[in-house]
Amino acid sequence: MSNIDLLIDAPILLVQLISDGLMIGAIFALAAFGMALVWGVMKIINICQGEFVMLGGYVAVWMASAGVSPFLGVPVAAVLMFIFGWLLYQTIIYRIVDHDLFISILATFGISIVLQQLMNEAFGADVRIAESGLGTWFIFGGLVTISQVKVVAFVLAFILGGVLVYFLKKSRVGQAIRATSQDARAARVLGINTNHVYAITYGLNAAICGACGALVAMAYTIHPYIGLPYTIRSFMIVVVAGLGNLGAVILASLGLGSAENIAGFILGAEYQLAFVFSLLVIVLVLRNWRLARKRQYLK
Amino acid sequence: MSETRANLNVFFALAAFGVAAPFIFPNYMAQMTELWLFIVFALTWDLVGGQMGYNSFGNVIFIGIGVYATAVIQVALLYDVGDYNAARGGGTSFVFNEMQYLEGLALGLPVSAIMAALLAVLIGSAVLGMRGQYFAICTLGLGIAAGEIAGGWEWIGAGSGMTVPQPPPAFPTTRLFYYLSLGLAVITFLFIGWLLRTRFGLAINAIRDDEDKAEAMGHYTTRIKVTAWAIAAFFLGIAGGIYGNLKRFIDPTDVAFPGQTIGVWMVLMAILGGKGTILGPVIGAIIFQFTKEFFWTYLLGWQRVALGVLIVVIVVFFPKGVVGYMRNRRAARLIAGQGR
Repeated sequence: MSNIDLLIDAPILLVQLISDGLMIGAIFALAAFGMALVWGVMKIINICQGEFVMLGGYVAVWMASAGVSPFLGVPVAAVLMFIFGWLLYQTIIYRIVDHDLFISILATFGISIVLQQLMNEAFGADVRIAESGLGTWFIFGGLVTISQVKVVAFVLAFILGGVLVYFLKKSRVGQAIRATSQDARAARVLGINTNHVYAITYGLNAAICGACGALVAMAYTIHPYIGLPYTIRSFMIVVVAGLGNLGAVILASLGLGSAENIAGFILGAEYQLAFVFSLLVIVLVLRNWRLARKRQYLK
Repeated sequence: MSETRANLNVFFALAAFGVAAPFIFPNYMAQMTELWLFIVFALTWDLVGGQMGYNSFGNVIFIGIGVYATAVIQVALLYDVGDYNAARGGGTSFVFNEMQYLEGLALGLPVSAIMAALLAVLIGSAVLGMRGQYFAICTLGLGIAAGEIAGGWEWIGAGSGMTVPQPPPAFPTTRLFYYLSLGLAVITFLFIGWLLRTRFGLAINAIRDDEDKAEAMGHYTTRIKVTAWAIAAFFLGIAGGIYGNLKRFIDPTDVAFPGQTIGVWMVLMAILGGKGTILGPVIGAIIFQFTKEFFWTYLLGWQRVALGVLIVVIVVFFPKGVVGYMRNRRAARLIAGQGR
């Protein structure tokens, strides 16, 4: 545990870890927001959430390698992924919306495996980045580095989240989505085509994840197998924050990002993923104990 | 009653085929051994997932415990495990003669079964209080976390894996593991078949149908759930020990804790055959193993894509499985006969 001593001797390192954690936390928040949307409206748990992030990332990588600025990749990935999500809904997802949650978990797990392997065939298993050409800021006499592209990703994530909330609150489609989420049957009675709403919701989720993935590809790295950790993180954040509580989602995401970075530093980078998955188990067990004391269950 | 007898008949036919198979298809021993292990995976998954309604993606942790415990015990009887793994298990300094090899196996398999069952009790009392999808995703996280932790632990070879002890070259390992796994599959089938006919079997079915009501009727549901999971883990521990030895090389995420392959496949096998039936997982495992080998032979490079598509297709279009389909058809025929 020499890293703890290092952290006590040089607390400035903590600033570095937390700032990095906050910036990746904003990206987790986007993916988690999409998951909460699909879970709340369609009542399915989308295990291929992380694969949508990965696909969006490959759009940005592909555009960067074609010589286009990867910043343009954010809207392009969003549009392409919206179409992809919409098509996926029309072919497969609509068949599992009314089934029990386990069927939706297993079916989307299957989709995630297909997408992973397809990308592995298409781009290879190597780690890729979309080169943005931005530099790095040094503060505190060079002890803390802040990569500019991460700051841009952080800001863009918040702008995207804001746009999305505005869309859900004000537009007709957004209102239809929220109505369906409250009571699908009543929404149908009032003349909302819920099938259409589901398709748009699923496409919207894919679009959010696509944009999120483009940011990941610019600020971090992507490879075909990054999907599952993103899914698990989104799930964890939604479980902690609850469905439809945006402020809590943001707080939980930023907290998770920082915690993960600090744990990765203390335990060693090879245990960072182990930390994420163990944290999921701990969060669920603690929540279950709390509910069991009140004789309630997670349903 | 007649269905029970039909189940037994089909199974004894299969077991007889299993005993004879090495003489008929000597070239497919490895695949056949894997098939018997898959049957154990599917049957034990179905005990908890199909019969009790607790869909777990994390049963791979028990396989992984079995894989590592057996291998470590095999080595530790003679050598220091840390040294053995630091030398990557190879070299001339770590040899096992036939007797030593068999002793290691004879001690390793039961110990890993007990360790897996104990782990199931430990984890189960914490996670089995969760319902439905929370349990499913929690166990998914457990399986992958276990793989990541094993991949960072230097003593058991960390990310670069561990080589299983090798017997002298003349030793008939293929046949040994074939009959071991066949025996395990037969015992698992008979034991689970017997278990489901006891009061305990009725209790776990009651938990699946309505847990709150089962609790209100006076069942200690958590205790029953933990026991069922521990039974599944016991068999998975042995199966894991055999599986590790069969693969000869233990990769922490591909062989020991394969949450995204075998962890999902065992669910798929149970669903394909028919969830919540005793014969279903057996049929599902056989169909699945044939399909998988077919994909690996004829669709090389695309086999994992094809397998993913297969998962989606089965789950979306065929969620009742073979046995469920046959039952529905029989019921429909009976109803049609009455109407006439």
